[in-house]
Amino acid sequence: MTTTASSESTVSARALSRSYGSNRAVREVSLELKRGEVLGLLGPNGAGKTTTMQMLTGNLAPSGGEVDICGIDLIERPTQAKSRIGYLPEVPPLYRELKVDEYLRLAGRLHKVKASALTEAVQRARNRCGLSDMGGRLIGSLSKGYQQRVGIAQAIIHEPDVIILDEPTVGLDPNQIREIRTLIKDLGRDHSLILSTHILPEVEAVCDRVQILHRGEVVFNDTIAGLKAFRGGQTLQLGLRNPPSPEDIGRVAGGASVDALNANLFRVHPRAGTDPTDNLVRASVERGWGLFQLQPAQASLEEVFVQLTHREEEVSA
Amino acid sequence: MIRTIITKELRTLFASPLAWVILAFLQVILAWIFLTRMNFFLTIQGQLAHMPNPPGLTEFVVVPMFGIASIVLMMSVPLLTMRLIAEERRNKTMTMLLSAPVSMTQIVLGKFLATAIFLALVGALITLMALSLLMGGKLDYGLLVANLLGLLLLTGSFAAVGLFVSCLTTHPVVAAIGALAAFLALWLVNIAASDPGSPLHLFSLLKHFEGFVNGAVAVTDLIYFVLLTAVFLVLSIRRLDADRLRA
Repeated sequence: MTTTASSESTVSARALSRSYGSNRAVREVSLELKRGEVLGLLGPNGAGKTTTMQMLTGNLAPSGGEVDICGIDLIERPTQAKSRIGYLPEVPPLYRELKVDEYLRLAGRLHKVKASALTEAVQRARNRCGLSDMGGRLIGSLSKGYQQRVGIAQAIIHEPDVIILDEPTVGLDPNQIREIRTLIKDLGRDHSLILSTHILPEVEAVCDRVQILHRGEVVFNDTIAGLKAFRGGQTLQLGLRNPPSPEDIGRVAGGASVDALNANLFRVHPRAGTDPTDNLVRASVERGWGLFQLQPAQASLEEVFVQLTHREEEVSA
Repeated sequence: MIRTIITKELRTLFASPLAWVILAFLQVILAWIFLTRMNFFLTIQGQLAHMPNPPGLTEFVVVPMFGIASIVLMMSVPLLTMRLIAEERRNKTMTMLLSAPVSMTQIVLGKFLATAIFLALVGALITLMALSLLMGGKLDYGLLVANLLGLLLLTGSFAAVGLFVSCLTTHPVVAAIGALAAFLALWLVNIAASDPGSPLHLFSLLKHFEGFVNGAVAVTDLIYFVLLTAVFLVLSIRRLDADRLRA
């Protein structure tokens, strides 16, 4: 494997589009990935994550745009480009009637792992995915969590430069989710990794960068720090035992808009660039509001979407 | 790479009971035909001795066996080919093949050849049964080889047509029924034509297979089967490629 300056960028997709009839599932999505980077593709169901991933792995031909994998054009030279990719689709492609070892050997052979290195590659992939004792088990008899691991093992058996995982933690229990996340972080050290999910904390836990898709378009593209800044400090949750009217609170908070969540709980949306925490505490003490809770509320994924799509509309208006 | 796919197909085929059931079923039927025809031959053997050019053991026992095998295989090949693409789509395992550095041609050829190898195994079993007659008699080897060749070509084209039908759907059962309907149509298309010179006869599987059964191997019959197989393999490749474009 040559490491020239151009192969530093492992995935480069430019203006990918895909239509199903008149429905444009993905519009002009571009993404860049460097070696050792973990990119999170985030979005609600139907945002175009899976379609984008299918195009990146050559399962689906794009209606427009280009994909380069380690500098190899995926559309012009599919077989060379595909040998650099490991892909775990939404539903792991498992042959239930095979044993774990048989299946992994098949995956290795399909990805052109040399016959002499095959046994070792199977062993390594199994150990990495916590399947050390499962080699002789029938895939159909494994639990969902283990099947998911076999799916990941299948994607990494040929030591690909790029690993693409479509919703790898869906349907797993919390312990399994934690284990898979640890595995993903581990893999992210020496491979490029793209991961799709609709769970925001998951992205914050494992990714370096995040792109948010909404209705087939990229609406957010930043580092995790950028996402955290965007989410946090946006709103304040305020709890008062003797609350005044929401308008009063808004006036004290420098013209913020205030939603009453119930009789005692309020959500304060400060004006951009202002931090009314200090004023609210002082006013509460002076006027006897009975402050019992004041915390920055992190925006949930839905709120991030609302804000992002809202902002888009403002820009386009 | 094709070899990897062939191995994989054969392994998953023999991991399921389907292959064994088909083999066992076929063997039971053929053994029964074999025995009844043998019995018949033995009872009329005395009368045959008076004929100037009597039909031998091969005509009496081996040819009917191949005839029955062709019909039983026409009904069982759809069960084999329905798995090839439709079931992979249904189980979402097709993605693994499509994401691997394997071309569509390799996938289709691998799947076709795996089925052909299984059918050749069936042919070998029938031939072995025929050869067992050598213990007590003589065989017409030319006729035996012609029948075997005919059966292999016929089932090969069944496999290609079945593979193509399997490419059209995600439901294995629909693929099986569709393939069976296609085989029956090809088998019986000449019934529709009362005129013996009708061009429909050119398309009939039965017409082309008859030559092999009688031991008269014609080049046109050979070409017909090879062409039929090749056309449907190419169609399968094109169909899968189109899938990637349209999905």
